[in-house]
Amino acid sequence: MGLEQFKNRNVGTQNYRMLDLGQSPVSGMEKFRQVAARTVKGELFVGLWVTLREMINALLKGQMHTVKYPFEKMPISPRYRAIHDMLRLLESGHYRCIGCGLCEKICISNCITMDTRYDENQRKEVTEYTINFGRCIFCGYCAEVCPELAIVHGQRYETASEQRASFSLFEDMLTPIDKLNLQQEYQGFGAVTPNADENIKQTPLAY
Amino acid sequence: METTLVENLPEVTAAGVIIKAVIILAIISAIAGFGTFIERKVLAFMQRRLGPMHVGPYGLLQLAADGIKLFTKEDIIPQNANKFIFMVAPIITAATAFIALAAVPVFPDFTIPGWIPLLGGTFVPAISADLNIGILFVLGMMASGLYGPLLAGMSQANKWGIIGAARTAIQFLSYEVVTGLSILAPIMLVGSLSFVDFNNAQAGGISHWLIWQQPVAFVLFLIAGFAETNRTPFDLLEHEAEIVSGYATEYSGMRWGMFFIGEYANMITISIIAAVVFLGGYSEVGIGWLTIILKVGFFFFLMLWVRASWPHVRPDQLMWLCWKVLMPIAVVNVVITGIVMMV
Repeated sequence: MGLEQFKNRNVGTQNYRMLDLGQSPVSGMEKFRQVAARTVKGELFVGLWVTLREMINALLKGQMHTVKYPFEKMPISPRYRAIHDMLRLLESGHYRCIGCGLCEKICISNCITMDTRYDENQRKEVTEYTINFGRCIFCGYCAEVCPELAIVHGQRYETASEQRASFSLFEDMLTPIDKLNLQQEYQGFGAVTPNADENIKQTPLAY
Repeated sequence: METTLVENLPEVTAAGVIIKAVIILAIISAIAGFGTFIERKVLAFMQRRLGPMHVGPYGLLQLAADGIKLFTKEDIIPQNANKFIFMVAPIITAATAFIALAAVPVFPDFTIPGWIPLLGGTFVPAISADLNIGILFVLGMMASGLYGPLLAGMSQANKWGIIGAARTAIQFLSYEVVTGLSILAPIMLVGSLSFVDFNNAQAGGISHWLIWQQPVAFVLFLIAGFAETNRTPFDLLEHEAEIVSGYATEYSGMRWGMFFIGEYANMITISIIAAVVFLGGYSEVGIGWLTIILKVGFFFFLMLWVRASWPHVRPDQLMWLCWKVLMPIAVVNVVITGIVMMV
């Protein structure tokens, strides 16, 4: 299953058809004629055929709609804003966060808390970084403001847990060092859509 | 299995009839329970869903889970209800449904092998009570099944129940007229009320089926049968969107389960009547009983199929359909059949 259905944002350009509903019968004779016509026309059997066709499609042609959710999952859009990820630098494996504090400042629900200090090389070191997911509204401002693409929104939308502190520590969100080669470059919030060129009109020179 | 005519059969003893009754009770109850599974599966497939999948392979043990739930659920009796009638009403529904099955041919006849102690050699008939007024008995018994929902709805001190009971009365009483009149024409042709005579009259293969002579009566009987068994599109007694659950609103646990079993037993009865009266019954030489199981299965599937496809009708449309359309057609059908027979 691909991502096409998520990427089509051109709402309203689909093929809609107006139905010809005709006129409601007024006189008794017209009503009788409608009843007789409907009786003979076999519209009811069209309905029966539709359901039977769907059953055949589902059973024999593999068009069953059910996704057995905990066992199989639908792909989600890369722009989906779920639990945050803290990314690492691919070369050195060091975390990307430079401790600038912009995400803490811009967070409109005040859920990001961070503390930094200078290490022995006079580099900013993040000593504490937590996101209170009880308050986070997943607006995505932190990911948008981050100058280093260090904090991004991940794809982890199953956020039930036993503890309030789950997911929310820096180490929980940071890419594990042994899985650095699996780290995906961020395609999410703010990323251009694959069909961005089609959606943009050129600005006239006269502007 | 060889099809046997009545004259060739061994003598029917009381023990055989009792065994047959136990078999019917056990197997039809199980089929009624299994029918809910089939119904959920078929409805799911028609909506391209999977249906119950988690209990057992392909959800086959869902029936057991439902049964455990029904049996262990608290049996609540509302405070202001008429307790006795409230408790008796589901039994009426289930009992009448099973009594009606006494006079229809269900499952093939067989003789218990001789090596089994006590019962060895007992002949178990196909029909536990081979009445010569079988059809009349079955229709009458299903008609008296009306008292189940009616009393249940009126005894439970619940407005939805009252509305459900009122709808029960109008729907069942009205459609019994159509059922009786529509089946009257085949009865006139065959000249008997016994299911065995119906079966024998159509013994000559597909071209002898009564559906070719009486297509109108067949359609009328099918429509009325849907109404009598309280199936969609005439599912007004317990129309969820309007009256919560109608007569069954206050019921829980096994009392509700008895309504359910009664409804499914009635579906099976109507399917068997339609198969025997119009579609030639169990008389095909060679495959014999398999054909009637296929026919009954088809009618059962048709009920689920229709439920997946068609919307409910309104109560006024229901009455309009019964009294202004179906009943006149049924009467005209009977008259024309009579004229053709006379000429």
